[in-house]
Amino acid sequence: MAVSNYMSGIFGNSPVKPMQIHMEKVHDCVSLLMPFFEAVVAEDWKSVEKHQKKISLLENEADVMKKELRLNLPKGLFMQVSRRDLLEILTIQDSVANKAKDVAGIIKGRKMVLPKQIANDYLKFVQRCVDASAQAKMTINELDELVETGFRGTEVKLVQKMIKTLDKIEADTDKIQRKIRAKLFEIENDMPPLEAMFMYKVIEATGDVADQSQRVGSRLQLLLAR
Amino acid sequence: MNIIIENATLFLVLAGIFGLFMAWGIGANDVANAMATSVGSRALTIKQAILIAAVFEFAGAILAGGQVTKTIRKGIIDAKVLESSPELLVYGMLAALLAAGCWLLIASRKGWPVSTTHSIVGAIVGFAMVGIGIEAVSWGKVGFIVASWVVSPVLAGVIAYALFRSVQKLILDTDTPFDNAKRYVPFYIFIVGFIISLVTLVKGLKHVGLHLSTAENYFYAVIVGLVIMGFGISVIRKIKMNESLNKDFHYASVEKVFGVLMVVTACAMAFAHGSNDVANAIGPVAAIVGIVQSGGEIAQKSTLSIWVLLIGGVGIVIGLMMYGHKVMATVGNNITELTPSRGFAATLAAATTVVLASGTGLPISTTHTLVGAVLGVGLARGMAALNLTVIRNIFMSWIITLPAGAILAIIFFYVLKGIFS
Repeated sequence: MAVSNYMSGIFGNSPVKPMQIHMEKVHDCVSLLMPFFEAVVAEDWKSVEKHQKKISLLENEADVMKKELRLNLPKGLFMQVSRRDLLEILTIQDSVANKAKDVAGIIKGRKMVLPKQIANDYLKFVQRCVDASAQAKMTINELDELVETGFRGTEVKLVQKMIKTLDKIEADTDKIQRKIRAKLFEIENDMPPLEAMFMYKVIEATGDVADQSQRVGSRLQLLLAR
Repeated sequence: MNIIIENATLFLVLAGIFGLFMAWGIGANDVANAMATSVGSRALTIKQAILIAAVFEFAGAILAGGQVTKTIRKGIIDAKVLESSPELLVYGMLAALLAAGCWLLIASRKGWPVSTTHSIVGAIVGFAMVGIGIEAVSWGKVGFIVASWVVSPVLAGVIAYALFRSVQKLILDTDTPFDNAKRYVPFYIFIVGFIISLVTLVKGLKHVGLHLSTAENYFYAVIVGLVIMGFGISVIRKIKMNESLNKDFHYASVEKVFGVLMVVTACAMAFAHGSNDVANAIGPVAAIVGIVQSGGEIAQKSTLSIWVLLIGGVGIVIGLMMYGHKVMATVGNNITELTPSRGFAATLAAATTVVLASGTGLPISTTHTLVGAVLGVGLARGMAALNLTVIRNIFMSWIITLPAGAILAIIFFYVLKGIFS
C-alpha cells in the first residue's frame, strides 16, 4: 500500500532548527579563542597550534552546515520570514566563525607574541568578543519561540531586549579595542614594523568577531520590524 | 426488470463486496490524511490515533453520514430517465464502485494526491453520461458539488486563519501564555463539542429515527459541549508548568495544554471524515440495495438501511487496522514542525467545514479541506515552512482523477452490461 503521503508533503522542513544548530557550532568555534589567546600569552606554541587546528575544524563544519541548509531551502517554500532574510542571517552567522579562524590563523602562522603591555587588556577584549557571539547565539535560540508566536507580541519585545544587550556588548568591545590601539601606538616604534602592522590587523579581525555577532542581531531586528 | 429479480442476491452480494472494498481503501489511506495533523503534532500516539479514528469514523458514518449518502445515491443521476431500465443503474453503480476503488488503489500506490470523493463522483458522472445519456446527469447538482470542492478548502482556510489569530491574540502573544492557555482552551473545547453535536443533531439523526425541534437541538448541543468542556477542564487542571521542559522551548507547557484540545479536535476530525467520506463507499451500495429490494423500481422514497451504513463503517475500520498505522507512521514522521496549537486550528477548521458539508449533503474532499486549513494557519504566520507545490499537485489530481474515474467506470459498466444481458 501507499508509502508516500502527500498530506505530509505540505509541511516543509523548517529552517529554524538548522539555523540554531549552525549558530551553536559557530559559537563553539568562537569560544575557543579564549584558550587560544591564553596559550598565546603563555607562549605555549604546542597548545596554540592545537587550538588553532580545532578552531579551523569547527569553522569548516559550520561551513558545511551552511551549504546544506542553503540547498534545503527551496524557492517554493512559504515561510513566516522571507527566504532571503534567513539566508542573509545565515551568511552573517557563518562570517563570525570565519573571523575567529582568521585571527587564529594569522597569529599561529606568524608565531605572533602579544606585547606585555597589552596582553591583559587583550584577554579582556577576546572575552568580550566571545560574549558577543554567545549573546548572538542566545538571540538566535529564540527563533523557535518567535515562530511559535508568529513573530508577534511579547516574544518580540523579549528578543528586542536581547538584541539591545548584544549592542551593548559590542560597544564594550569597541571601547577596549580603542584602549588597546592607544597602548599599541605608544610602543609601536619599539616593535619590528611588520610585527606592529600585523598586530593592528589582528586587533581589527578580533573586533570583527563582535561586529559580525552584532550584525546577526541587527539583521534579526529587521525581521521583527514588520 | 427480470434481470434484477433473477439476480437479486448476486447484485446485493456484489454491491456489499465492492462497497466494503472501497470503504477499506478509504480506511487504509484516507483516514491517515484526516488524522495527519493530530499525529504530526505529537498530541496523540499512533495507537491512540487509530483507536480514536476507529470509534469516531464509525460514529460519524452512522450518525451523520446519511445526507451525503443520499446525494451520491440519487442526487447525481436523474433517476426519471432510468425508470424503464433500472438494471442500468445497478450496473452503473457497481461499475462506479469498482472504478473508484481500483483508481484509488493505483493512485495511492503511486502516492498521487487523489481524493475518494473526486473519484466516485467522476465515476458516477462518467457512466451516466456515456452509458445512459448526457441528460441522465443532474448537471445542476454536479455543478454545485464541484463548486463546493473549491469553496470548502477556502472556507476551511478562512476559519483556520481566524481561529489561529484568536489563539495568538488570547494566548500566545501575551505576557502569561500558560495561564491564558488554561483559561481559554476550555472554551475552544466547548466550541468543538457544540459545533459537531449541533450539525449531527440537526442533519444526521433524522435517519436514525430521532426528530427534535430546533430549540431542543441547540439545547442538547450546548449540553454536549459543556460535558466535553468539563472533561477537558479536569485534564487541563492537572497540567503544571514544567520548568525543565521550558528551558529549551518556553512554550512547551503551553503546547501541553493545547495537546488536550488537540485530542478533542482529532475526535471531531475523525467524526467529520466518517460522516462525509464513508458515503463515497456506501452511496452506490445504497442505490443498488434500494432498487433490488423494491424489485426493480427506482424508489426515490426508500429509506437508507442501517446495515448499509454498517458496511461502510466496518470497511473503514478494517482498512484502518490493516494499513492505517503504517500510513500514519509515515505521516507522523514527516510532520515534525507542527505544534498542537497549529494542529488544533487547522484540524478544527477542517472538521467544521466537513461536518457542515456533510449536513448539507455535499461530498467534499476531507484532505483538500485540511490542506486549505493548514494554509490558513500559514497565512496567519503560524507555520515555519509550507510546501506550496502540494497545491499544484492537488489541482493536477483533480484534472486527472475525474476523467480517470469516469473512463474506468465506463469500461466496467459495459463489461457488466455484457455479462448480465
